[in-house]
Amino acid sequence: MNDDIAIEISDVTMKYRLMTEKIDSLKNFFIKKVRNEIKYEEFFALKQVNFSIRKGEVYGIIGMNGAGKSTLLKIIAGVLKPTSGRVLKRGSVAPLIELGAGFNGELSGYENIFLNGLLMGYSKKFIKSKMEEIIDFSELGKFIHTPLKNYSSGMRARLGFSIATVVKPDILIVDEVLSVGDFKFKEKSEMKIRSMMKEGTTVLFVSHSLGQVESICDKVIWLESGFVKEIGAAKEIIAHFKQHA
Amino acid sequence: MKTHVSNLVKYKDLFLELIIKDIKLKYRNSLLGVLWSMLNPLLMMVVLSIVFMEFFKNNIANFPVYVLTGRIVYQYFADATNFAMDSIHANGQLIRKVYVPKYFFPLSRVFSTLFTAVLSLVPLALTMMVTGLSLRWMNLLVIVPIFYLLVITAGIALILAAITVFFNDLKHMYSIVLMILMYMTPIFYPISIIPEKYLTIIKLNPIYPIVDMFRDVLLYGTLPSLTLHLICVGYMVVYAGVGLLVFYKSQDRFIYHL
Repeated sequence: MNDDIAIEISDVTMKYRLMTEKIDSLKNFFIKKVRNEIKYEEFFALKQVNFSIRKGEVYGIIGMNGAGKSTLLKIIAGVLKPTSGRVLKRGSVAPLIELGAGFNGELSGYENIFLNGLLMGYSKKFIKSKMEEIIDFSELGKFIHTPLKNYSSGMRARLGFSIATVVKPDILIVDEVLSVGDFKFKEKSEMKIRSMMKEGTTVLFVSHSLGQVESICDKVIWLESGFVKEIGAAKEIIAHFKQHA
Repeated sequence: MKTHVSNLVKYKDLFLELIIKDIKLKYRNSLLGVLWSMLNPLLMMVVLSIVFMEFFKNNIANFPVYVLTGRIVYQYFADATNFAMDSIHANGQLIRKVYVPKYFFPLSRVFSTLFTAVLSLVPLALTMMVTGLSLRWMNLLVIVPIFYLLVITAGIALILAAITVFFNDLKHMYSIVLMILMYMTPIFYPISIIPEKYLTIIKLNPIYPIVDMFRDVLLYGTLPSLTLHLICVGYMVVYAGVGLLVFYKSQDRFIYHL
């Protein structure tokens, strides 16, 4: 593998086996098995996807709903394992996919920073040292000791974004999160991502807003029902995509 | 393998936090909680002692300590495996959203249950003193069977947690298995009443040698035999090995069943 490659996806296929009927008990399973009534339907979310991304490149992923964009991001983030194929990643990955995963409504914002940070694989010491920075960026101020269940959805999203971006990752995966918060926070979060890009972070970006993709990304991957339809310069691909749609 | 180790190092704080969270949740808002964990085995011991010393006569020396040692081991095993069993389901939301080493969930529960078991060593020590057994340095060797127990329990917990993801009626079946296991463990009867032909089955029970070892170091004041150690180590390797393998092989498919 080349030294300056950050992500390499080779022959990644994601196959879901949908049971026509949900079987979740042993009793059911054996009865159906004996009667030979278990039928599976196969569904390919991704088929033979190949591409590689160099360090520092900013890639956008576009496509219709159900084209496999989120599945692809989850595979790269490690939440899902592909049915076949390989994913190679160089360096640390910060997924901004599900912001605030594991947030607990009963705990305060402060405690949730710890919980969420630990889930992202930060150490306790690291979280403590970055606590000020996270609280500052989230602009939560005096609400930081309020239980999370009393937060508005914008406040939750801000907190989640602040925790996820406090590290300097080598690879940043962004899924539609720039639409969180009010317009001021939107600008601020876009600035943050842009500053990371300047420092050489590789970015994978999924959005339905083609304008946003075009303004941020150098290159674009166009997915269509699990296949890579086209890869290339952002402007060109987006123009094709618009014609096609 | 190297990546697994580095992953464990990276997430070790999370693992500790999960254990602490479990313990906190269990004893939340109740100072009596800790006390209860000590009182519970004590009351159980009193009841069993009355039943088996007064109603059914038996000739086990120091029956209260005998029954308590057996019960602590069995109860830990039952509580930990039961608790770990639905750990994947309970954390389903999380597993669907972020990458977290999944074995953390059953294992953290196995570890947090250990806290309760260690608490119940306090009433055991009290009972020992009241019944005239003096505490000795040797009693500290109990840490060895506790370690064996922990590893064996962890292995079985991993197997159960993995299967429960796919078949959630396992829980009901397992409660029956646990009951059989309780009668297969010489908690309140001496091993000598078991007819020869059933002895092998009894000894296949993974917690039987642990109970034996507990009694050696706490009740009889003898060092456990080498054979006993070897049996325990054998069980440890088998259960932990199979547990890790089953869990590792099936963990990628968990997400479709949550």
